[in-house]
Amino acid sequence: MSFPWAQQYAPQNGLMKWVDERLPLPRLVYNAIGAGYPVPRNINYWWNFGVLAGVALVIQLITGIVLAMHYSANTLVAFNSVEHIMRDVNAGWFLRYAHMNGASFFFIVVYIHIFRGLYFGSYKAPREMIWLLGVVIFLLMMATAFMGYVLVWGQMSFWGAQVITGFFSAIPLVGEPLRVWLLGGFVPDQATLNRFFSLHYLLPFVIFGVIILHVWALHIPGSSNPTGVEIKSESDTVPFHPYFTAKDGFGLCVFLLAFVAVTFFFPNMMGHPDNYIPANGLSTPAHIVPEWYFWPFYAILRAFTGNFLGVDAKLWGVIAMFASIALLFFLPWLDRSPIRSANYRPLYRIFFWVWMADVVLLGVCGVMPAAQPWIILSQIGSIYYFAHFLIIIPLIPRFEKPLPMPNSITEAVLGKPSSAAA
Amino acid sequence: MATDTALAEAVVEDGVRRRDFIHLAAVSWAGVGAVAVVVPLVYQMNPSADVLALSTTEVDIGAIAPGQAIKTSWRKQPIFIRNLTPTEIAAANAVPQSELRDPQSLAQRTKTGKENWLITLGVCTHLGCVPLGASEGENRGDYGGYFCPCHGSHYDTAARIRKGPAPRNLDVPPYEFTSDTAVLIG
Repeated sequence: MSFPWAQQYAPQNGLMKWVDERLPLPRLVYNAIGAGYPVPRNINYWWNFGVLAGVALVIQLITGIVLAMHYSANTLVAFNSVEHIMRDVNAGWFLRYAHMNGASFFFIVVYIHIFRGLYFGSYKAPREMIWLLGVVIFLLMMATAFMGYVLVWGQMSFWGAQVITGFFSAIPLVGEPLRVWLLGGFVPDQATLNRFFSLHYLLPFVIFGVIILHVWALHIPGSSNPTGVEIKSESDTVPFHPYFTAKDGFGLCVFLLAFVAVTFFFPNMMGHPDNYIPANGLSTPAHIVPEWYFWPFYAILRAFTGNFLGVDAKLWGVIAMFASIALLFFLPWLDRSPIRSANYRPLYRIFFWVWMADVVLLGVCGVMPAAQPWIILSQIGSIYYFAHFLIIIPLIPRFEKPLPMPNSITEAVLGKPSSAAA
Repeated sequence: MATDTALAEAVVEDGVRRRDFIHLAAVSWAGVGAVAVVVPLVYQMNPSADVLALSTTEVDIGAIAPGQAIKTSWRKQPIFIRNLTPTEIAAANAVPQSELRDPQSLAQRTKTGKENWLITLGVCTHLGCVPLGASEGENRGDYGGYFCPCHGSHYDTAARIRKGPAPRNLDVPPYEFTSDTAVLIG
């Protein structure tokens, strides 16, 4: 990795030299997120969101570990122990609201991070592995968030667990035994709650591990940039520290401002009031909705209302929902255009925004009741979602005439040199 | 040295060295050991003995008038016990089997001579919500049976799936009448 002009780590004193010779951890950090990592000089604020996602994970880890000291994973007291945290534990309301909204903010920054990757073609060679690991992190986040939501043991927790583990019962033959195996019973109960608590505590550390791989893979080719032109010379880059530690620091302040504003003033804005009703296995809430970050996928799940091609509607819904995420794994090979950035891809740019609108439409359908016109809209939205990845993206390069690209990042920033030098 | 030479010659003869066999055997046996350890780790996830112990429930159905239904629970799952009216029985029997997604007659879903007692799990076969329709005043859907509000599945008066995403009729649990007014479920 790294470019030949990258700054070299030099221990400042005898102690650091002693450490460097025995365990070169400071050197690793210096080369990873310090002055030793040259970064394209033109990356904009959309490139803040990777660091912000890392910070969001740390917020979740810290608040979560503390909450676990007061929470009890027992169906008889779980709901009350959350209320105990809210009312009795010192600063418990803050820790719990921070954890609850922290999950939403984690998804907000990760979604922006993913959309940035899609717009600027960050998934293309040689960065496919970074993208694949990112999709793995996204899947782990979804599993973690789902299990955390169940721990509250309110009505939405319980019925969310029932519906989501119900996905697995759609699998022919092994489905129902698999569901019972996952739940440890015939309905979500003590065994389910306890294992979800165990896994909810474990998975963030697994995510942390995959993030290390994600960043490692990033450091092989180095960061992409808004032009999509690769780094060619030293003048294309600046050291990560202090240039982007400062820029990320500014972005972090804005992020934390939004985060605490919501946590303090609108803490239940992204939650559902039914989850303040204790779980009742004999009464389903009139209208089950998942957390907002699952709405588009939930709409795809519900878009199938009848059997076709000899496969029942339930299995179709589950296949389509999982496929909508699994498709992302194939994206680097579905998109054949060698141009990375949508800034130079006039056709792709239009379809990118249409697809974004489609995702928003699916999100709206996901929160609405399973009735018309939302069913037909979610069907149209789902068809378009798949068409975007399977038809539109592979076909665009055949018809698209890319715009002229700068020869280098330096040229994109400073303009063409007056003496037309190569 | 003489034995080494002999070994080397043996290799040439059948192409397999003694060491290849030891490698394969050792790694395979380690693999068997790893799988043996995975078995209890996977098996512990299945329902434990106390969960399985809840597998029978006795219910007194004497107080359920025709047209009424009650909700009870078995293995912590909701159970619907419905006393069908003659009109509802007639409606269920009037449907041609060919129209059904999961073809079953009312007789197949009830006990002989007790066709008015429709006992099913109150678990939608789509994704497991509790359908409405067992309590007074709840929406019974387009076919007068049960309606699942989660994803819009409609069940008829024999609790058979008629419309919506659910793949199967509401499941009938194993049960028997211990007397005219008592049922043992499970």
